[in-house]
Amino acid sequence: MIDQEKTPFWRDTRFLKILGQVILLLIILVTLLILGNNLVTNFQKLGLNFGFVFLIDGDTPARFGIGDSLIPYQSTDPYSRAILVGLLNSLRIMISGIILAFIVGVTIALARLSTNWLLCKIATIYIEIIRNTPLLLQLFFWYFAVFLRLPKIDNSVNFFNSIFFSNQGVYLPFPINNKQTLLSVLFLITSVILALIINHKKNQVILENQERRNIYQIISISLVIISIIIIFIGLDWQFPEYNIAVQKIQGGLHLLPEFTTLLVGLTLYTAAFIAEIVRAGIQSVSKGQWEAAKALGLRSGLMMQLVIFPQALRVMIPPLTSEFLNLVKNSSLAIAVAYNDIYSVSSTISNQTGKSIEMLLVLMVTYLTINLIISVGMNRINREVQLKER
Amino acid sequence: MTKWPSIALSTLLLASSLTACGGGEKTTTTPTDSGTASPGSTGRLATIKQRGTLICGVDGKIPGFSFVDEKGQYSGLDVDMCKAIAAALFDDPTKVEYRKLSTQERFTAVQTGEVDILNRNTTWTISRDTSVGMEFAPTTFYDGQGMMVKKATGITKLEQLKGKSICVQAGTTSEQNLADQMRKRGIDDYKPVVSDDVDAVYTAYEQGRCEGVTSDRSQLVARRSIAPKPDDHLVLDVVMSKEPLGPVVANGDTPWFDAVKWITFATFQAEEFGITSQNLATFQTSKDPSIRRFLGLDDKLGEGAGLPNDFAARIVKHVGNYGEIYERNVGKPLGLDRGPNKLWSEGGLLYSPPFR
Repeated sequence: MIDQEKTPFWRDTRFLKILGQVILLLIILVTLLILGNNLVTNFQKLGLNFGFVFLIDGDTPARFGIGDSLIPYQSTDPYSRAILVGLLNSLRIMISGIILAFIVGVTIALARLSTNWLLCKIATIYIEIIRNTPLLLQLFFWYFAVFLRLPKIDNSVNFFNSIFFSNQGVYLPFPINNKQTLLSVLFLITSVILALIINHKKNQVILENQERRNIYQIISISLVIISIIIIFIGLDWQFPEYNIAVQKIQGGLHLLPEFTTLLVGLTLYTAAFIAEIVRAGIQSVSKGQWEAAKALGLRSGLMMQLVIFPQALRVMIPPLTSEFLNLVKNSSLAIAVAYNDIYSVSSTISNQTGKSIEMLLVLMVTYLTINLIISVGMNRINREVQLKER
Repeated sequence: MTKWPSIALSTLLLASSLTACGGGEKTTTTPTDSGTASPGSTGRLATIKQRGTLICGVDGKIPGFSFVDEKGQYSGLDVDMCKAIAAALFDDPTKVEYRKLSTQERFTAVQTGEVDILNRNTTWTISRDTSVGMEFAPTTFYDGQGMMVKKATGITKLEQLKGKSICVQAGTTSEQNLADQMRKRGIDDYKPVVSDDVDAVYTAYEQGRCEGVTSDRSQLVARRSIAPKPDDHLVLDVVMSKEPLGPVVANGDTPWFDAVKWITFATFQAEEFGITSQNLATFQTSKDPSIRRFLGLDDKLGEGAGLPNDFAARIVKHVGNYGEIYERNVGKPLGLDRGPNKLWSEGGLLYSPPFR
């Protein structure tokens, strides 16, 4: 009772906190209302109407072609189908970009940390050049100065007659999508899981019994051998071939120059940042930990795997998340190098229909959703690797 | 307790995403401040007069239509139409501020009032006229879509582009016409390479990324003229579409639209009367009542359109009649035949309603 008398409500911090929130919310709502009203009146003045019906309306076909599509698409399909094609193209670039950038980034980071002078300097120069020039410039460089400068298709550079480079794109051997390939892929996935389990067991045995068991070594080696055989023979590889009659390279995986440009550009750009993050993460583990690991008698591989890397991950994951999100957003630069990602398709649509606000909203929701999914996933991983204090 | 930060965060997120689109909306509000549309208000014409310059949206990369030359000067047919308006309004063709616009930006620039007028190879279509919120002034150039290929490829017909790549600029009618034409001819497996930037389109084509490049025929001819080896390229003998190009203004501002319309017509009418920038002085003493009306010597035709009475005379004095504009920008430098762009009296399509 005495307490309440002493603090009137306008000085009660609990009340003030809530009041602050309410005022903020009100300001936001009023701003939204004003902006929304503005939009509506301006639309009316120009005789436009706001709506998303045109997207799914089957009677208004997209009427434009898309060069690269993962699903069947015709110019008679509705706009929603065109957006889906763009979305799939975007996802293709985002997913492969994130995986490749991570692999390249870690490699570069290890090179930079290595004691080999040349390797270290090359990695440093790469990182400094890539990090300090704009991505758009790099994309133009890859497109106009590298991929479009490749020889014409009838004169393409090829390796062992199975990998072709021409200014019509890159052609790689690729497994045909059939039952044999599917079975092999399933087998490969199982063997990877098996290998991880065995590796874990092996480390446990080493830590607990202070001795090595050759049986695990033998199992791992045989798994690797079987996997290699499966990759070469099990998968039903199809090799690209140059067909003189139609002046085209047929079969295999065809990556358009635009796709390759974007993938290479995004990968190398993001990898430079990832490399620095990985390096910082590894270097953040205190020297004492290295020494302790050595004192236990661990070899350098195991030392990295069991002691250093788990601790480095704690520092690495939050900034890595940002880099992945950046890659996703940067993929919208596709339009600069003529790749049909969702941004490029949407801008064509907004240009044809004049519905730019609607298309902007669609784009915003799409990128927001993709990035939130990545954030949630990465945060979950982050929680796993954090120190668990009990 | 743990819930509060997340709620605050989500509201912040919502707010930031919405203010982001608010940015787009804000630009739509500016024209009301400067007074575009609302009837009864002073309107854009008054705003331009007050400002003293015309803001004109152009492409800037198409020789003959709008191109920045070595001296940094804008020239071309589109540019001259902007100059004609400035001449009519201010008696000074240099009072134009040019804005280079991409295909993606152009409609928004008109809708939001960032430019007073768009003179940028924009095709007049029903959907753009009715649902994009724009008004099309009389066509100043009748064009048709063509296809350019390298002579070395041996391609002479569209059908030979089956399975080939075709470079095209994003967001143009060319992109749609190409899809229609190819479907009509049963060539469904062509691969469009769609670039945002016109320079990127032609670079990709010249590098051999695409077997063909498609756009308005005039643009193809224009770009061929600045290619490293113009003779290596062939504009196929096909016209895939009708492409009437002309000035564009925002919907809902009749006085400004009327002014642009009649300034454009004045260039046609001047040619019909035979009045050129060279012989204008001799017409100032003409006894022909229709010429006297046209030049603002008698009557007050300009007043109704919110223009000076001698606006037609000013246009001819500074910029010339349509024939002169055409010859200067397109006829001589590009060697393009006037074709449908002749006066109606000579079998063409250019026709001005009477100045009366």
